[in-house]
This record gives sequence, structure tokens and C-alpha cells, in this order.
Amino acid sequence: MLDFDYERPGSLDAAVVLLAEHNGSARPLAGGTDLIDHIRNERLTPDVVIDIKRIPELNVLECTNDGLRLGAAVPCSRICADDNIRSRYAALADSCSIIGGIQIQNRASVGGNLCNAGPAADSIPALIALEATCLITGPDGSREVPVESFCVSKGETVLQRGELLVELRFGPRPPHSGSHYRRFIPRNEMDIAVVGVGASVTLDEAGEAITDARVALGAVAITPFLAREVNDALIGKPATDQTYAAAGEVARGIISPITDMRGTREFRLHLTGVLVERVVREAVHRAVN
Amino acid sequence: MSKQRVVTCSINGHEESFLCRPRQTLLEVLRDVLDLTGTKEGCSNGNCGACTILLDGRPVDSCLVLAVECEGAEIETIEGVAAHGQLAPVQQAFLEGAALQCGICTPGFIMSTKALLRENPHPSEEQIRFYLAGNLCRCTGYDKIVRAVQATAEQAAAEN
Repeated sequence: MLDFDYERPGSLDAAVVLLAEHNGSARPLAGGTDLIDHIRNERLTPDVVIDIKRIPELNVLECTNDGLRLGAAVPCSRICADDNIRSRYAALADSCSIIGGIQIQNRASVGGNLCNAGPAADSIPALIALEATCLITGPDGSREVPVESFCVSKGETVLQRGELLVELRFGPRPPHSGSHYRRFIPRNEMDIAVVGVGASVTLDEAGEAITDARVALGAVAITPFLAREVNDALIGKPATDQTYAAAGEVARGIISPITDMRGTREFRLHLTGVLVERVVREAVHRAVN
Repeated sequence: MSKQRVVTCSINGHEESFLCRPRQTLLEVLRDVLDLTGTKEGCSNGNCGACTILLDGRPVDSCLVLAVECEGAEIETIEGVAAHGQLAPVQQAFLEGAALQCGICTPGFIMSTKALLRENPHPSEEQIRFYLAGNLCRCTGYDKIVRAVQATAEQAAAEN
């Protein structure tokens, strides 16, 4: 592997200073499951790797009635093991339980998955469905960005030079709400999504009508994105199979997926409709129970 | 060239200090510096799990860990599994069940199995297959490995 230096700051301030000092030639290291492979293959050639795992703010994991705070370096396995997240922010736990195998989940962070900005990243549709906000800190202070605006292209995010993703913050979950993330892969596990869908729905008190919905689609565009037209096809409608099928049809109409080694355009169009239907149905099922 | 660092950590219950450069993975240091060659290099990109070790009790791919990250960590490798020259029950079960052919993947499977059975002493077949999905074997077809894990769990249950 190419040579690089290593720093392990113990505070957020120290990390921001280090990132600024190295002026774009530093890379933050959380779980390293992508970064170390990129360096080994010389797709990335940082002069210094800044290990952010011992910074308290990046290790926060607090799920309370006020919402969820998720530090950017928290590994997937900690998220999957949290009963409160599994019940209230189920789509997030769904995605973290299928990112790589157990070895990857013990290292890989959701913050890293988001910052890699892969079109097929499993956690991003879940984060978008659950309306996460990104807390970013940099040399000019801190700012917040809605997660659906964080990825601007494949591998590109809104992070400016010297900025660090610190935390993902989620509001409290409304009563009668449920969420789900599911992807299609040709195996049972350890693969990259051909299509991935995250959804969050809120029902009325009777559990019969959808009062709010957020559906996000992955692997069918250059970044995962919030499918507003699909949301509109669900909000105000009865929670029935007919509604879910109609939402799936709308989803097919708003995407223009590519053909690649994982699937053809036609297959992705078909899958997207099927997955939207199934994922929304499961999110409603969870909202009722 | 970056400076060499001194890293002190626990390896199989013994405190060890070693010198490494930041670019050296834990896998490289285990094999080339510490002469612990039981941990195998397979794909070196986190797909195959041949290099699985336990880092603070959890299975990770040692090819995707920098050795310099391990300051203060507790590391368990295949060399620490057999106690006092006796195969551990999981090793005996793999041997008796012919759960290996070429053997390259075996240390990784054994380490993952150790972590699985610590977390979940009575896993279902589905739970075993899901937990071991990050370990690839191109010889056995997995069935014998799953049965060896089941046999290890059953034996532990019978002894308790």
C-alpha cells in the first residue's frame, strides 16, 4: 500500500484543525471498509489518514423520545443491536443488517456509507425515508443539511474541503408510523443492491389511511433520492394493496435506470415497482403493529 | 516515508508491542511481523473473510484494519483457539465433520464461529448461514461447515 501518515485526534476540534492543516490531502477513517480498499488500489492517495473513531461526538448513539442521534463513526453492528432503533427507526436497522457480512458490519459506519455516496448505498434510502439531518463541522463552523441533499453525484457530497460529517439527527417518530428498507440482490446476502427502496409511512388513528409518506429509491439514479411523486401517490390514500400498487407504478414512471452488470434497465424498472409496493406494505404493517 | 509507530495491544491474552507503519494492515503485521501465519490472506478487499480475527471480541476482516488502529485493543487469532495443545471443540467439530478441504478459509470460519456462539449459543441454521455469510469457502459447499457449527453448539449445550 502507498505510504501515508496516521493521526488519531481525541476531540472534534483537533480533527477539524488536522483536516484544515492538510488542505485536502487528508481522509477521515471510520470503519475503513471502503477507505482502506481504495488506498490499496490507489483510487485514493491521501497523505494522512485521520482516525475519527475516538472522537466522542462521532460515537454518540442516543435513541430517546426526542429522536435519534447517530454519530457518524458508529458501526452498523451497534445500530442493529439497539432495540429502540429496531422498533422506532426500523428502516435504518434493516439496512445496517445487510451491509456486507458481520465482519463489515462490525467496522463500517453509516456516516461512511453516506460520505461514499454510492448510488446503491443501502443506508441512504433508509436515512432519506426517516428524514435524517446531517450535522457537518468545518473550519467555518457548523451547518445542517437534509440527508436527501447530501449526495450530489456518484461519490460526491456537499462536504467542502476541511469539513467533517459529525452526526445524523432524526426527529421523534410520530404515532402510528412505520418504516422499512429492502433491496433486491440475486443472492441471500453479501451483495450490492440491484434496486433498494426505503419507506416511512404514518397512518391515521384508525390505521386505515396514509397521512404521511417518504419513499426513497436507490441504485436507479446517480444518487439515492427522495421520490416525491411516490410520496404524493400515497399521502391521503387508503392503506390498501391498490394504493401500494399505484405507488409502484408511479415509481416506475419517474426513474431512468441504467443497464449494468447487476441488471438491465428493464429489470430495474420492473423491480422498482415491485419493491416500492412491498416496502410500503411492510412499513404500513409495522405502523399498525 | 511515514514514521514507524509502536502499538501495544493484547493478542490471544498476551500483551504485545510491535512496530509498524500506518500503511500496514493488521493482517500484514500478524503474518509478517508477529509470525502468526494462521490468519490467511484471501482476497485482501473484505469479501472473503479468510483473514477474520476478533477485535475486541467482534469478528473483523484484518485486511481492512490498519495495525496502527489497534492500540489498546484485544485481538484474538486462530493461534489462541486451541488451549494447552488440545483442539478446541469447534476445531474438533470441523475436523470430525470434514468441514474443510483446502483449509485456507478455515481459520476465518473458526473465528467467526467462536464469535457467533458467544453471542448466540443456540443459533438456527438460518442464523448460522447469515452470520457466516462474510466467510467464503470454495471447497465444501458450506453444508458441512454449518453442521460442524451446529455440532459445536449441541456439544456445548450437552456439557452444560
